[in-house]
Amino acid sequence: MNRFSGALDRLGRAVLAGVEEMGKIILLFVSVLAWMFRPPFKLHNIFKQMEFVGVKSIFVVVLTGTFTGMVMALQGYHGFRMFSAESLVGGTVALGMTRELGPVLTSLMVTARAGSAMAAELGTMRVTEQIDALYVMAANPVKHLIVPRVIAGVLMVPLLTVVSDFTGILGGYFVGVHILGINSGIFIKNITRLVDLNDIYNGLVKAACFGLILSLIGCYKGFNTYGGAEGVGRATTEAVVLASIAILISDYFLTAIMF
Amino acid sequence: MIKLVDLHKSFGRQKVLDGLDLDIEDGKTTVIIGRSGGGKSVLLKHMIGLLRPERGQILIDGTDITKLNDQALNEIRKKFGMLFQEAALFDSMTVGENVAFPLREHTRMKEKEIRETVADRLRSVGLTGVEEKMPSELSGGMRKRVGLARAIAMRPQIVLFDEPTTGLDPVMAEAINRLIIDTQKNLNLTCVVISHDVRSIFEIGHRIAMLYEGKIIENGTPEELRASQNPVTLQFLAGSIEGPIRIM
Repeated sequence: MNRFSGALDRLGRAVLAGVEEMGKIILLFVSVLAWMFRPPFKLHNIFKQMEFVGVKSIFVVVLTGTFTGMVMALQGYHGFRMFSAESLVGGTVALGMTRELGPVLTSLMVTARAGSAMAAELGTMRVTEQIDALYVMAANPVKHLIVPRVIAGVLMVPLLTVVSDFTGILGGYFVGVHILGINSGIFIKNITRLVDLNDIYNGLVKAACFGLILSLIGCYKGFNTYGGAEGVGRATTEAVVLASIAILISDYFLTAIMF
Repeated sequence: MIKLVDLHKSFGRQKVLDGLDLDIEDGKTTVIIGRSGGGKSVLLKHMIGLLRPERGQILIDGTDITKLNDQALNEIRKKFGMLFQEAALFDSMTVGENVAFPLREHTRMKEKEIRETVADRLRSVGLTGVEEKMPSELSGGMRKRVGLARAIAMRPQIVLFDEPTTGLDPVMAEAINRLIIDTQKNLNLTCVVISHDVRSIFEIGHRIAMLYEGKIIENGTPEELRASQNPVTLQFLAGSIEGPIRIM
């Protein structure tokens, strides 16, 4: 009985801690919104973060997108061949990339690359008193550090998703047409027949939501770091794990609402 | 003038400030001494509103900052500069950008004026031609000087120093002490220095306050401190392990 109540106690504490953390992240989001529209606007900071989140993630996103499209074409081909519907490979690759895999995989890659860096950078600033220095100089850290990163996340993840969608379809085309011998015209025609503009649009809206989630969680974890170098490591790991889980869970609900 | 009245602060079960009272005189350097982990940095952070007490008042020129919202607190903070223990320079910015940061944030100075002011502040701490360097390229002593240049960039009334000589060799520590003395005199600053470097405190302090078990147990001129018969002060100044200060 004691063991049972102990386990229940731990579960209750974990749930409460989770709810409290979610509340703090929402409060941070509200604070970001409040500071986002307050001048002066430090465009230089925003562009710097956009370059970091966006431009510097292109290579990894191209790589992920291309190989995902390629493997989808390969798997799809073997499945569709069973009932002689190989021509559908192009459409399914495009549909899968634009609706689902483009936004989700891009967000997960950006989380690993940029979300972790946000947590590590802000965490280091916290433990080396640089964030305290901002407060002392009457400068708001949310405006200076978090707003540019969140804007960069929301704007750049959809743009990277466009790159991922495109390279994924291109990879699928290469495998489908040049390796598996599907007719090029049929491959492309099935893409235009199956993929609606709304599929692409909704995928990009999802990507923007994921960009918000990964940047907000990365910044929240970094901003609330404590405990020196060990704390920075912990914050970085927690940011990647929490943001990845949040992206996958929210993906289900966003998909249920949109499609 | 900074006036701390009946200040209480705990972290969990550990009571750090326990009804602390202290007056900091204008235009003087007050050194707060006490053992490591005794709450000196916590006290300093209360003075500038980085921490809020559970009870008590922090009066800056008569305004109780414990009751202020963020915006009003920021107005008070513009009276302050602070040199952090490890200087807390923004490591993504150059030295010049670090010193220029408060000027860009709170003034409408033109770029040329900012560059001149930055060069002037760096010169006043004994540095020239380092504007384009990154903080990672500087030695510990240079980082502290840049930190001081940034702290005095806006010509504040009060400058807080969190263990300014910790981690420096004796020569550099002496150079930083001289710099504090000169800066205080030239700009007629109110300085609050946290330190446990016994040699430094008698050199730079007009007044010295001893923090022990959450309270100021002694506050006087260096001469008064030297003549003190308080066993805690005696043990601290002598650096002895025998006495009322318990070693954990």
